[in-house]
Amino acid sequence: MNRLQKTLQLDKKLLSIYFTAGYPNLNDTVSIIQELEKNGVDFIEIGLPFSDPLADGPTIQASSTQALKNGMTTALLFDQLKDIRKTVQIPLIIMGYFNPILQYGVEKFCKRCQEIGIDALILPDLPLEEYKTLYKATFEKYNLSNIFLITPQTSTERIKVIDSNSSAFIYMVSSASTTGSQNGFSGKQTDYFKRIAKLKLKNPQIIGFGISNHETFQTAISNAKGAIIGSAFIKIIIKEGIAGISSFIKSIRNF
Amino acid sequence: MNYNVDEKGYYGEFGGAYIPEMLYPNVEELRQQYLQITAEESFQKEFRQLLKDYVGRPTPLYFAKRLSEKYNTKIYLKREDLCHTGAHKVNNTIGQILLAKRLGKTRIIAETGAGQHGVATATVCALMGLECIVYMGEIDIKRQAPNVARMKMLGAKVIPAISGSKTLKDATNEAIRDWINNPIDTHYIIGSVVGPHPYPDMVARFQSVISEEVKKQLLEKENRENPDYVVACVGGGSNAAGIYYHYLNNPKVGIIAVEAAGKGIDSGESAATSKLGRMGIIHGSKTLLMQTPDGQITEPYSISAGLDYPGVGPMHAHLYTSGRGEFISITDDDAMKAGMELSQLEGIIPAIESSHALAIFKERRFKKEDIIVLNLSGRGDKDLNTYINYFKL
Repeated sequence: MNRLQKTLQLDKKLLSIYFTAGYPNLNDTVSIIQELEKNGVDFIEIGLPFSDPLADGPTIQASSTQALKNGMTTALLFDQLKDIRKTVQIPLIIMGYFNPILQYGVEKFCKRCQEIGIDALILPDLPLEEYKTLYKATFEKYNLSNIFLITPQTSTERIKVIDSNSSAFIYMVSSASTTGSQNGFSGKQTDYFKRIAKLKLKNPQIIGFGISNHETFQTAISNAKGAIIGSAFIKIIIKEGIAGISSFIKSIRNF
Repeated sequence: MNYNVDEKGYYGEFGGAYIPEMLYPNVEELRQQYLQITAEESFQKEFRQLLKDYVGRPTPLYFAKRLSEKYNTKIYLKREDLCHTGAHKVNNTIGQILLAKRLGKTRIIAETGAGQHGVATATVCALMGLECIVYMGEIDIKRQAPNVARMKMLGAKVIPAISGSKTLKDATNEAIRDWINNPIDTHYIIGSVVGPHPYPDMVARFQSVISEEVKKQLLEKENRENPDYVVACVGGGSNAAGIYYHYLNNPKVGIIAVEAAGKGIDSGESAATSKLGRMGIIHGSKTLLMQTPDGQITEPYSISAGLDYPGVGPMHAHLYTSGRGEFISITDDDAMKAGMELSQLEGIIPAIESSHALAIFKERRFKKEDIIVLNLSGRGDKDLNTYINYFKL
């Protein structure tokens, strides 16, 4: 069992934060991770920036563009993270698009992840079918969980196939949207959360997209195992820097 | 070897559907239905009727006598430049709008670079009374003002893509993001043989009317269906897919693809994807792609806005790596000269995209008895400003 699988078994609702590696400054990656752990975040998604992030809205796009301008690369990210397990215990996930990983070499990438202590990958544009036939064995060899997304339009039949091919959690996209494009949840969305909860899937669900404050976080965790915040966190870090992390996390949890 | 798409959506090792889950239901709906719907008799009847009465098909296959004499070979031009809206692009938009209507979609989105596909999409939306939104890079909007005005006259809304490099690649990203945000009522009309499966195959099928006509027309003129070579310029590659289509699996017909070398292959300002690209993923398709060693997609350059795409359709990537297709790259300068040459030898002003294809006769020798069919994919009206500036006219 990897760290992420263990954390998902804890008897508590989970808060996860996404941030773009190399942003706002090239070498902020480690400090941001440490600060998030210190403030009680349960696991972290480290965004590997890509030039053409199709599933992302303007906030994450802009952070990716800037991170690449700052000089972020796959090799540099691994270098920044090489000693991360000396100081950080919570699960770490790398989230990115498939092309940079394909160019790095999928096996080499997975091997490096295991050496560093990465627990899972989220690759939104790696299709389920290609994962199953070409890469699943490699992910398992290096003890990496692969996280799939589902949306309100995903059929029950497909959700079940995704569930059976998942080994950590299912990333439940809250609506048909790119990241950071909505405020608050509608009744239609909470119906969808409840519909999925009723399926009694093998893997817990974590809700992402559209969670930006205490209220949306509460709605999410009353319908799922936890929630992921991305764009709202990036907006804070650009405005207040690393110093703003603590009060932001407190405002979400409302301690 | 088979050069068409296989049942999994691949051309050899290229193609597939590398899309986020948010797009899966839309793309899957298309995949399951495109063959069935387009094969229906009522679809075919309406499609053929519109191509004939509205687009002006069949387009002539014209024997270019003076050009042939100059290069001592037999050159036929497939006159796609005479299509309504000025290029082959409308063959595909007619097909896709009919498909969209049958899928019950009420809102149409498209990407455009130079504006030709945007105009062709806005045209068919006006024809069918559907809402039309065209994404266009902010830089291209400034460069291609007449086409922006055309789209507006046709009732389309043109939305500037302000992300990334603000050109075609980014307009495509924005159109895909729009589709993610509007999954129920919207159909995305992709303009080339790119994107996730089934788009490359679907667009190729709609454009295949080009080579279907060539076979009949050549039989009339030369008493044979097969030329020795078919030639086309390739950006994404839709006009090329159209003229190759019925010859793909016939090894007696040589396939020649002409890419834009820009200011030269090694100049850092080029769009010759076969020479400069590596296998990668762009807009949902695994194909040859211009990118950094780290896998970030780079910005191509060509004087021709229709050819500066950093990838190439997966069909063409397969034609290149398998050796079935001969790929030639042509610089800005050689293309511009070839455009002037055709104007003065034959009285036809070609689009700069097509001028790239025309420039191969200076690069490559053919036998006197060879029959070459070259796809003259578009007319030069839209490029007049570029010609004026280049030749100081």
